[in-house]
Amino acid sequence: MGKWTRRGVLSAGVLGGTGLVIGIAVRPGNPTEAAGHLVAGEGENLLHIYLKIDAENRATAILPHSEMGQGAQTALTQMLAEELDADWDLMSFEEAPADGAYANNALGRAYLFKGVNFPDAVVPTVDGLMLNVADAIGMQVTGGSLSIRATGQYFLRAAGASVREMLVKTASKAWGVPETEIRTAKSMLHHDGSGRSAPYSEFAAAAAEMTPSSTPKLKKASQFSVMGQSKPRHDIPSKVDGTAMFAMDVKRPGMVYAAVRRSPVFGSTIRRIDDTAVRAMPGVIDVVTIGSSSASGIVGAYKAGDSVAVVADSYWRAEKALSVLNVDWDTGGKETVSSETIFAQFDRDISNAVDRKHDVVTGDSDVAFNNASTILTADYRVPFLAHSCMEPPNATAEVSADHAEIWIGCQNPLGFRQHIAAELGLDEEKVTLHNYFMGGGFGRKSNADYGLQAAVIARAVGRPVQLVYSRAEDIRQDFYRPAVQSRFKAGLDADGKLIAWQNTYVEKHEPIEAPLIPYSVASQDIGHVASPTHVPFGAWRSVDHSQHGFFTESFIDEAAHAAGRDPFEFRVEMLKDKPRLLAALKRVAKEADWTRPLEEGRGRGISLQESFGSIVAQVVEVTVSNGRTWVDRVVSVIDAGYAVSPDGTKAQIESGVIYGLSAAMYGEITIENGAVAQSSFSDYDAIRMHDSPVIETHIINSGEEIGGAGEPGTPGVAPALANAIFDATGKRVRTLPVMKADLRSDAEASPAVAALGA
Amino acid sequence: MTTFTLNGEVRTVNTDPETPALWVIREQLDLTGTKFGCGMAQCGACTIHVNGRAQRACITPIAALEGASITTIEGLKSEDGSLHALQQAWIDQQVPQCGYCQSGQLMSAAALLADNPNPSDADIDTAMRGNVCRCGMYGRIRSAIKQVVGTSFYDAMEGSQNG
Repeated sequence: MGKWTRRGVLSAGVLGGTGLVIGIAVRPGNPTEAAGHLVAGEGENLLHIYLKIDAENRATAILPHSEMGQGAQTALTQMLAEELDADWDLMSFEEAPADGAYANNALGRAYLFKGVNFPDAVVPTVDGLMLNVADAIGMQVTGGSLSIRATGQYFLRAAGASVREMLVKTASKAWGVPETEIRTAKSMLHHDGSGRSAPYSEFAAAAAEMTPSSTPKLKKASQFSVMGQSKPRHDIPSKVDGTAMFAMDVKRPGMVYAAVRRSPVFGSTIRRIDDTAVRAMPGVIDVVTIGSSSASGIVGAYKAGDSVAVVADSYWRAEKALSVLNVDWDTGGKETVSSETIFAQFDRDISNAVDRKHDVVTGDSDVAFNNASTILTADYRVPFLAHSCMEPPNATAEVSADHAEIWIGCQNPLGFRQHIAAELGLDEEKVTLHNYFMGGGFGRKSNADYGLQAAVIARAVGRPVQLVYSRAEDIRQDFYRPAVQSRFKAGLDADGKLIAWQNTYVEKHEPIEAPLIPYSVASQDIGHVASPTHVPFGAWRSVDHSQHGFFTESFIDEAAHAAGRDPFEFRVEMLKDKPRLLAALKRVAKEADWTRPLEEGRGRGISLQESFGSIVAQVVEVTVSNGRTWVDRVVSVIDAGYAVSPDGTKAQIESGVIYGLSAAMYGEITIENGAVAQSSFSDYDAIRMHDSPVIETHIINSGEEIGGAGEPGTPGVAPALANAIFDATGKRVRTLPVMKADLRSDAEASPAVAALGA
Repeated sequence: MTTFTLNGEVRTVNTDPETPALWVIREQLDLTGTKFGCGMAQCGACTIHVNGRAQRACITPIAALEGASITTIEGLKSEDGSLHALQQAWIDQQVPQCGYCQSGQLMSAAALLADNPNPSDADIDTAMRGNVCRCGMYGRIRSAIKQVVGTSFYDAMEGSQNG
């Protein structure tokens, strides 16, 4: 197996969804100097950059991650509360402000290298995280399934433990008793010998003068009473009565509304606009053009073409006027590009294999294939995918000559602030960014383009503006999961053992390990070629795992069938040295009742994928009838090391399953004449209630390093689905979405199958 | 001028008669719980009740609501402020993730149960298929609806109608 670099493992997270958290470090020393004015109000003591306690003994965790549905804020608070010995009923949380105090990677590095004593096994990861942070100044990113496994595990637990130590020290001095005789429970300090007790708040002010230890003693898993519990999410009550605030719910005095259209052919510029008629329409205030923009850096790197916005006194009027605006675009020759030309290009570039780069080379491929008694080849393809968050991109902005204020929901508040400041020519400190709940993120809201557009429009009209994307604009101006082609060749020996594995695919992004297989195959040659397109790339839930999971776990299935072996048993035999993977795979087979025969027309498929530090094994059951696939059941097993909030972990897997299933069944963005052809939920649909399967999720707490949960549920769904369809029909789906595959088989003639579809 | 009852209060608005109710409710009447998702009645995020029926506010011209009784998510609670049984079930089942579609999901589910207190799975499919949840919480939504249906069933067994 090839050697993975630290940087690779790291940046996996970064583009992953994307990014690192760590912008954010526990600040050694008294934190109030840098952050107190930002987060601590009247009567509150900031004891740590991540924690304040008020006079009523209520503790508030200050979290450097935004909420896009993943529920990490409650779980992160559990991690801090656990080590603090806090009363859960007295704990709440708030999101950290978009301020450098919460994203100082130098402090983060100092903190780490001074040395919290992490177990040896995780040090390379931590080291890697920090190296990556050095590449990505100004990040306050939510993504990469990293919140719990990085921020929670390395920072918030330490924050809770160090504050607990400070409170004990302070009480010990005040009471004149040894620290060792003071115990803590439910936000109270107790000295049993003298019968003294006090709430944390009594010593909070004195403790806030101390420097939090960088090496507090952390609890063992066996001591947890808050971690490992399914605590109800704090944000949920506001999400059932309409009071939860999303950025689009912001209203500023005198605010007007903007509808926007960016060049449909990516990267185009505006040659001419005829806006005379539009300006005369009711309610129209202005027509504003926004130049091409680009951003670099490891997070949120993108290029966007020109756009034009109509500003009006209501959003509906703005959108209506925009729809009749005449724009002459200079497409720079890109109007000849289509999905067909893109896949033809991929096919050519894979065949030519110029500058093919290796991910892994083990053994001698030529010798292995010469020794093989059976050789299989196959090409797999996946289309571009949009994120289609329920809440379309939107932002509200107010810009004056020397200050800008932005109300937005985004995965990277500091990065957005940086980009917006640069675009407006302001110092970062002159830009205030308020981050709100996101109505879905999935990677889309890590690119600042929509924030930039709002800021430019607001500057042009000199009053507060709320920019809202139409659904069509959202789908046509996304940053897409790339279309990818992958060519495979496998060799089996006379005993049906897989001895050679060769794979060439186009366009590598992150995580670097995504195309690798966990199975013991002696000869492996996995590599990639460049084949860029003009379609903007974006991190899409699980990033490269979303395509390579489908490719490799489908082709392994093909190899199993070619060997005449059960696909589960075939995998088991090649995982003898991978006990965690093996345990997850065996567990899912057991929970799904793998060996129970199914009726004709039904099928069952299995997959295994390690991603973002977690292992997920899945079994999908389908019914295929009259060429139409119905997904009946999805059974998942996740080993994320330790589930901090088991119900939260399950919810993430359920969500990842449906997201992956929507893409596998229906998801396809096509390029026609250089632009995206789809524009709504009618031509870019998702799984809905009536075609949603029964989902069962099981958790393994292996005690290994904590992994992510937001993304790992997604990659294994498509291959398990395709493998199930093969089991049901004998037809191998090598191109997604399933909707486009011709699955009518001889079995359709069977009366039993026809009855199933009735 | 269009006059209607909104969450029990009589309201009059003066705007383009073809303006979709969604934008009048959000921008002029400042009730932001009703969400914009697609503007084409394809996702259900904007679902409101018009005379007790679930309707997509994004394609309903405001003029069509003359004299109508409208309920939005803000009006789903009882008058005493207690949660609708579905809202409580949504909390119990920990349904929302991002939460953006949930106002619409709840309004569709509430209209279903008002009409049919004991829906079958197929009834739930039909009533809810117009509401997209990109976080994929369909299983939890179904469980929450069934939790409420279960309560109705239990109450019926005790001899008190609920529904």
